[in-house]
Amino acid sequence: MKEIAVVAFSQSDCLAQAGAANEVELIMPQLQAVFGQVGLNNAQDVDFVCSGSCDYLQGAAFAFVAGVDALGAVPPIKESHVEMDAAWALYEAILKIRMGHAESALIYGFGKSSSGELPIVLSQQLDPYYLAPLWLDSVSLAAMQARLLLDRGLATERTMAEVVVRARRNAIGNPHAQVSGEFSLAELLAADTVVSPLRQSDCAPVADGAAAMIICSVEKAREWGVPYALLSGIDHRIETHNLGMRDLTDSVSTRQAATAAGAGRGPVEVAELYAPFSHQEIILTRALGLGNDTLVNPSGGVMAGNLMMASGLSRIGEVFRRIVSGDIARGLAHATAGPCLQHNLVAVLESA
Amino acid sequence: MAKLAAVVGIGQTHYKTRRVDVSIAGLVREAAVNALEDAGLGWDDIEAVIIGKAPDMFEGVVMPESYLTDALGCNGKPMLRVHTAGSVGGSTALVAASHVQSGMFKRVLTVTFEKQSESNAMWALSTPQPFSVHLNAGAGGYFAPIIREYMRRSGAPYDVGIRVAVKDRLNGARNPLAHLQLPNITAQEVEDSMMLWDPIRFLEACPSSDGACAMVIAAEELVSQSPRPPAWIRGVAMRSEPTMYAGREEVNPQAGRDCAADVYRQAGITDPRKQLDCAEVYVPFSWYEPMWLENLGFAAEGEGWRMTMSGATSLDEGGDIPWNCSGGVLSSNPIGASGMIRFAEAARQVRGDAGAHQVEGAKLALGHAYGGGAQFFAMWVVGAEKP
Repeated sequence: MKEIAVVAFSQSDCLAQAGAANEVELIMPQLQAVFGQVGLNNAQDVDFVCSGSCDYLQGAAFAFVAGVDALGAVPPIKESHVEMDAAWALYEAILKIRMGHAESALIYGFGKSSSGELPIVLSQQLDPYYLAPLWLDSVSLAAMQARLLLDRGLATERTMAEVVVRARRNAIGNPHAQVSGEFSLAELLAADTVVSPLRQSDCAPVADGAAAMIICSVEKAREWGVPYALLSGIDHRIETHNLGMRDLTDSVSTRQAATAAGAGRGPVEVAELYAPFSHQEIILTRALGLGNDTLVNPSGGVMAGNLMMASGLSRIGEVFRRIVSGDIARGLAHATAGPCLQHNLVAVLESA
Repeated sequence: MAKLAAVVGIGQTHYKTRRVDVSIAGLVREAAVNALEDAGLGWDDIEAVIIGKAPDMFEGVVMPESYLTDALGCNGKPMLRVHTAGSVGGSTALVAASHVQSGMFKRVLTVTFEKQSESNAMWALSTPQPFSVHLNAGAGGYFAPIIREYMRRSGAPYDVGIRVAVKDRLNGARNPLAHLQLPNITAQEVEDSMMLWDPIRFLEACPSSDGACAMVIAAEELVSQSPRPPAWIRGVAMRSEPTMYAGREEVNPQAGRDCAADVYRQAGITDPRKQLDCAEVYVPFSWYEPMWLENLGFAAEGEGWRMTMSGATSLDEGGDIPWNCSGGVLSSNPIGASGMIRFAEAARQVRGDAGAHQVEGAKLALGHAYGGGAQFFAMWVVGAEKP
C-alpha cells in the first residue's frame, strides 16, 4: 500500500474569542503557512483538499462552504468535507492517495466555538429522542465519567490535577497556547468544582481557530525536497452511543484503533492525546498501555487550548513537528469525537 | 491505480412526507438492512460504515453519526461522516467507494438519509449567517434567477420545465418507492400550480421527503459472494468551486463540466449521449434538466431544452437517453440521500434491477449530484461489465 508522508503542518493561536474573524480569516493564515513550508502557491498545487468542521459551532447550515473561499478554487478543485474533526478529513485524504486519485492533499479544520456555548451545543449530539431533550451537556457527561474513575480508584482528584499541572507546564513552550504556566497542585485543588468532581482546570479551554496539514506520497515528498514524516499507520473505531453500555473508565475503541494502526510495533516516544478533560488523559494513557518511556502531550495537548474540529489534526501535526525536527523517531497521535471518548482515531508517525 | 470495486447491494426506504413509524435510527437501519439483504450479507460482513446527510440543522442533531452507530451495526468499526451540501449523497458514495478502491477495506456499508419531517429545511437554509449577507429564500429562491438567465440565453420556451416536471412524475409513478405518485399528472396541472419562485412553479419543485438509501460496496474478490449482479464502478469524480467569484459561470458551472470530463475519461466515454444507456441526474427544479444536459455534455450549449422537448430523455416516449427513470429528485427528495439515490438508481439500471422503470438492456449509467450554489459536484459511472 502506498506510503503516506506528512510534509507540512500549521496551527493558529488558540483564542478564547477570535472576535469578528470569519471562516476564511481563520483558515487563510494556516493555509498560507503550510503552502509556505512546501513552497506551494495555493490549493491548485495539491491534488485533493478535505476539511473538517461542524455547522453547529457557527450556528449556520453549510458553514464549511465559506471555507472554500480560502482555497483559490478557481479553476475548480477536487474537494470534500467531513462533519468531524479534521483528523478524519486526513483519513479521507489518505484513501484518495492510496486509490491513486491524488499524489498530494491539503487538509484543514476550523471552528469558532465562541459563537455559542459549546457544552450546550454538544448536548444536541446525543440521541435526539431520549437524551438530547435533557440538555445533558458535555461537561456534565465528562464529570460522570470522572466520578466513575474516582469511584473505581483509577484516578484521584490529585492525579487529575497532576495532568493539568504537567500540561500547562508543557504548554509554556507552545507559542499557540491559550493557557500555560507553572501552577501548583495545591492551587488547582483549592478551586471549587464546576461540575463535581471536575474543576475548571480539568476542562480544556475552548478555543477558536484552525489548523492545516499537507500530506503526499513519499515520491512526491522527495520530488518537493522537503523534510517529511511517514504516517505508518492510521485507524479509527467508534463505540456504542449508549453510555450505560460502555465501560466509561476504559477506551476500548482507542485500543482497537491503536492495534490496527500498528502502534505496538515500535517504541512510542511521544503521544499526543486529544483529552478535553484531565481524567480522559488518564483513561487514554491506560488504554494505550503507555509507560514512563512515553512523553505524553509535550505540547500541552488540548489543555493548552481546544480548537474544536482541528485539535485532532493538531495532535498529528505536533507529532509530525517533533519527528521532522529530529527530536524523536516515532510517535503516536490520537483524536476523539462524541461524548466521553466515543469515537477514537490513532495515527502512528515515524521518521523517514 | 484504484482497486476494482462494485455495488453488490442496494437498499432504500419508501420516500414519504412523514415517516412517523420510525425514528431517525429506524429509518437508516431500514435502508441498511435492505441493502444487506440484497447483498446476501450480515452485519459482520461489513468492515466500515460511511454515512452522509445534509446539514445537521435539518434534524437538529449535531453530528448524528455518534447516535446512529448502534443502528448501523458499526460499534467497534470505523465510521466516517461526509457532508458536502446537496451533493453529499453522491460524495458519500464516492468516499465509501474510496475505502475499497484504496485497498484498505474489502467491503463497506454506506448510508445517507434525511428526515425532513423532523425539521424545517427552508428555515435551516435561511438562518442568518453571522458573517455574511443572507437571503431568506431557500434553495428555490437561489436558483430561480439562474434559471431565468438560462431561459434568456437559450431562448427556450416557457414550458420546458413543465415538460420535465410531467416526465419525472410519470417516471416516479413507475417506481413504488417514489414519494410523489402522480400517474395522471398533466402539463396543464403543472402550469396551473402556484408560482413559487418565478419561473419555478409548485409542481416544478422537488418535494420534502423522509427517507434513506444504502449501498454495500465490495472489492473485486468478494463480489461473487453476493448473489445478484454487481454494478462495477467505472469512474468516480468530484469537483468544487467557490459560491461566488469574478466571471463565475453560474448557469453552466465549470466545476460540473470538469467533473463530467474526469468521470467520462475514466469510464472511456467520449460521447455520453451515445455511450451511456441512461442517467440519474440531480434535478431538484425542473429547468435543471436542460441545464445539466448541456453541463454534462449530452447537448451543445443552448440546445439542452430542444433535447428535452424532443422526448430524448423520456422513458415513456422511448427516448435514446432516458434521464431520471426513477422519478428523480422531483419525485423524492430526502435531501442528504437524494444524491446517493441517483448513484444507487444508476447502479440498479445496470444490474437490471430497476423493475417497472428499467431501461431495457442498460449496461452503462451515470449517477450525478450537485450541491451548494451549484458549486459542488459528485459523479460516478457504473457498468454491468467488469472493466
